[in-house]
Amino acid sequence: MDSMTSDHAAHIGDHAADIDRHVRLYIIVFVALMALTFVTVAVSYLDLSPAMAITVALFVATIKGSLVACYFMHLISEKNLIYAVLVITVLTVIPLLALPALTHGSGFWIHE
Amino acid sequence: MSQPGAIATPTPHAAHEGHHEELGFWRKYVFSVDHKVIGIQYAITGLLFLLFGFSLMMLMRWQLAYPGSPLPLLGSLLGEVRMPGGIMQPDFYNELGAMHGTIMVFLGVVPLAVGGFGNFVLPLQIGAPDMAFPRLNMASYWFFFLGGMIMLGSFFVPGGAAQGGWTSYSPLANLAGMGQTVWLIGMIFLITSSLLGAINFITTTIQLRAKGLSFMRFPFFVWAQFVTSFLLLLAFPPLEAAAVMQLMDRLAGTSFFLPSGLVVSGQVLDVAGGGNPILWQHLFWFLAHPEVYVLILPAMGIVAEIIANNTRKPLWGYRPMVYSLVFLGFMSFLVWAHHMFMTGMGTEMAAFFQTTTMIISIPSVVILTALVISLWGGSIRFNTPMLFALGFLPMFGIGGLTGLPLGFNISDIPLHDTYYVIAHFHYVVAPGTIFALFAGIYYWFPKATGRMMNETLGKIHFFGSIVCMNVIFMPMFLVGLAGVSRRLFDGGESYAFAQPVLQMNVVSSWGAWILAIFQIPFIFNFFWSIWKGEKTGDNPWQATTLEWAAPSPPPHGNFLVAPEAYRGPYEYSVPGAAKDFTPQHEA
Amino acid sequence: MDIPYTVEVRRDTGLTNGKIGIWLFLASEVMLFGALFASYILIRVGAPNWPKGDTILNVPMATFNTIVLITSSITMVMAWASLMRNRFGTFRIYMGATILLGFVFLVVKYFEYSAKLHHGLYPSTNNFLAIYFTLTGLHMLHVIGGMAVNAYLWGFGSKLWKTNPVWFTNRVENSGLFWHFVDLVWIFLFPTLYLL
Repeated sequence: MDSMTSDHAAHIGDHAADIDRHVRLYIIVFVALMALTFVTVAVSYLDLSPAMAITVALFVATIKGSLVACYFMHLISEKNLIYAVLVITVLTVIPLLALPALTHGSGFWIHE
Repeated sequence: MSQPGAIATPTPHAAHEGHHEELGFWRKYVFSVDHKVIGIQYAITGLLFLLFGFSLMMLMRWQLAYPGSPLPLLGSLLGEVRMPGGIMQPDFYNELGAMHGTIMVFLGVVPLAVGGFGNFVLPLQIGAPDMAFPRLNMASYWFFFLGGMIMLGSFFVPGGAAQGGWTSYSPLANLAGMGQTVWLIGMIFLITSSLLGAINFITTTIQLRAKGLSFMRFPFFVWAQFVTSFLLLLAFPPLEAAAVMQLMDRLAGTSFFLPSGLVVSGQVLDVAGGGNPILWQHLFWFLAHPEVYVLILPAMGIVAEIIANNTRKPLWGYRPMVYSLVFLGFMSFLVWAHHMFMTGMGTEMAAFFQTTTMIISIPSVVILTALVISLWGGSIRFNTPMLFALGFLPMFGIGGLTGLPLGFNISDIPLHDTYYVIAHFHYVVAPGTIFALFAGIYYWFPKATGRMMNETLGKIHFFGSIVCMNVIFMPMFLVGLAGVSRRLFDGGESYAFAQPVLQMNVVSSWGAWILAIFQIPFIFNFFWSIWKGEKTGDNPWQATTLEWAAPSPPPHGNFLVAPEAYRGPYEYSVPGAAKDFTPQHEA
Repeated sequence: MDIPYTVEVRRDTGLTNGKIGIWLFLASEVMLFGALFASYILIRVGAPNWPKGDTILNVPMATFNTIVLITSSITMVMAWASLMRNRFGTFRIYMGATILLGFVFLVVKYFEYSAKLHHGLYPSTNNFLAIYFTLTGLHMLHVIGGMAVNAYLWGFGSKLWKTNPVWFTNRVENSGLFWHFVDLVWIFLFPTLYLL
């Protein structure tokens, strides 16, 4: 899709229209991030149950993070190799996050 | 250009288009960015650390064979604090034990297997002029060197070096002397070195491979280093985080790993508490399990190369071997708590880790079996590299099989933390990986130096070593099955149930000391051959892979003309071909 | 000696060496911060009670810092876009702004930390504070590191624009990737520590 990230190395100054489009996108993402930051803080004032609070906070953070990754970091138009590295990383970090608590977190298992 | 073998006299101009000025001594041999120099730096430093780590063990073996008796000659040299009257103090024994493990794993084997062989061979085997990031490569070596110096320095701080095992478990590691802090700082340097190296290896393999060298045409060694690099990249950071946290506990008074109400010397510890010692174990083993695959994968890569070359036929099952490697790498992140079966986890999680552990044994078996089947119908040449490679196979087999009872929760209960475990992992690393590393040294020495190592000395080295290795470690299975715990400074002498097997400690010790004697031919051979070894050409082993297309030793930039790969890596004994090997780069 | 694909992309991967290198480094950073988050999870799950973030920490300050970092992310990407548009002067303005905003972040952090210490709240006081100081402290070190690289690219390093503009633009992009990652970590850190 995006010729810029693959060919930009060779064509500075070209693709002016492309870059303009990207800049407009960056500004939209910026506004969205500001709005979502406001949402994050506002929601924390609501009296949600811990489980709900965590879910909402992480959900909003994931959206914000995805916007930064996809648009500021150009992930949405990156090459397959980079996607592959990130998929491997995600598959590796999930056990790291989940298994210690599942194995030894005292709140998790009713029967030991 | 399609010429068999390398082109004759390399000239500096042909080798690189960029800089033509001759580098001074320091830039050429010390602060070099050339992967070959860096590889040799890693290899020699790694070998020296292996020797040092081995020496620590030889000291320990005296105490284990003859607990409480003074060590003649050497005992008086080690000071009144550590060996009063030549008798080893328990603290000193623990120091030796912790540092033996740390040094062998992090300063010896990995730097040699990955830093040494990976750096030297990988760019050559993929037809690249150097690593993708040469200056980062140099930085990696120096981080390793500094980390090593810090580790050695820890012996000289008040209280001595770390004494809590290479595993550095909390809460003991939290409470230990200054040596533990130095150990943690040393680890941070070593981890940084590995991370930078991993980034370099992966990028280089993907981007700088020669034209025509697709992934499925890679020598198995390249695949092994590639997967190993991913393990280093992704598994080391959690240990780095844990080291930072343990440092915070020790220096800033935090309680990440300290539970509430911990009583030390009769008093409750004055800390906030609420921490979890098991957290350290999770973070440590999250690294340390993939780390053991870092220890074995490069070795499998080396053995594969040497077997293909010395059977004069392609590897059997290359594709399944590659898939197994990748699967193994992925699974290695899911098994770590099999080192923690005794920490009070529930049966569901024990079952989970037990299952993943059983699954991970499958790719290992596939690779070993494929290597064994590769021998079938081969025209085997029994030179020194091949002897060590052949020796690797049954030794790794024993090591791997004896791991199975440890992977089952139920059988791990009596075996955990006994000498059985020590025997198991030493079989895999010592007559396993280290034999493969020896094989690699004998095999690639001519590429690095243009000379062969002496075969007779090599054979003495091999036969002596393989016998001694078994003399040392086979009895340990029995000692462990009898219930003797590891890390006991008297080898079990004070326990009644251990009495029947104590004699085995003497056998293991003599095995170790005689093993040391059999390393002398190797050390002599290594240095003597650099200057006096039989001179050889570019491809003394008549091998097919790309590194043999470069001159021996290769100039800066490696190849006079960038090679192109026209076929797979193991085209030996191709029907109808003129020679019994068809090099990868020959058109 | 010239290493291929330092400046131009390799055709079959479509990438330069530096781009792959920085993403691999970021992968390792995901594991580093992931381990700290995993530690947070285990310690919190095992704790009999755990303070809600806003009872101890300064939410307005941290919200301000969140806005600062997000703004610095857009100035960073605009710095790169300016180079793509061949506008070196504009690049310097945006890059300068990014560094400045990083500095603002650090100043706020200084006030945050010193207020804690002033009130006798140390990492050793309890595990909430221990993980708070460690996570934000490590993040802060990454901010400093990113600022150092950005400062080099703004200053001495910008000489490369004259001799090899493509290589320089790639470096700015790769440095930007690191900077965005630092922002990304904060996006998760902020709600986790301050709001939950």
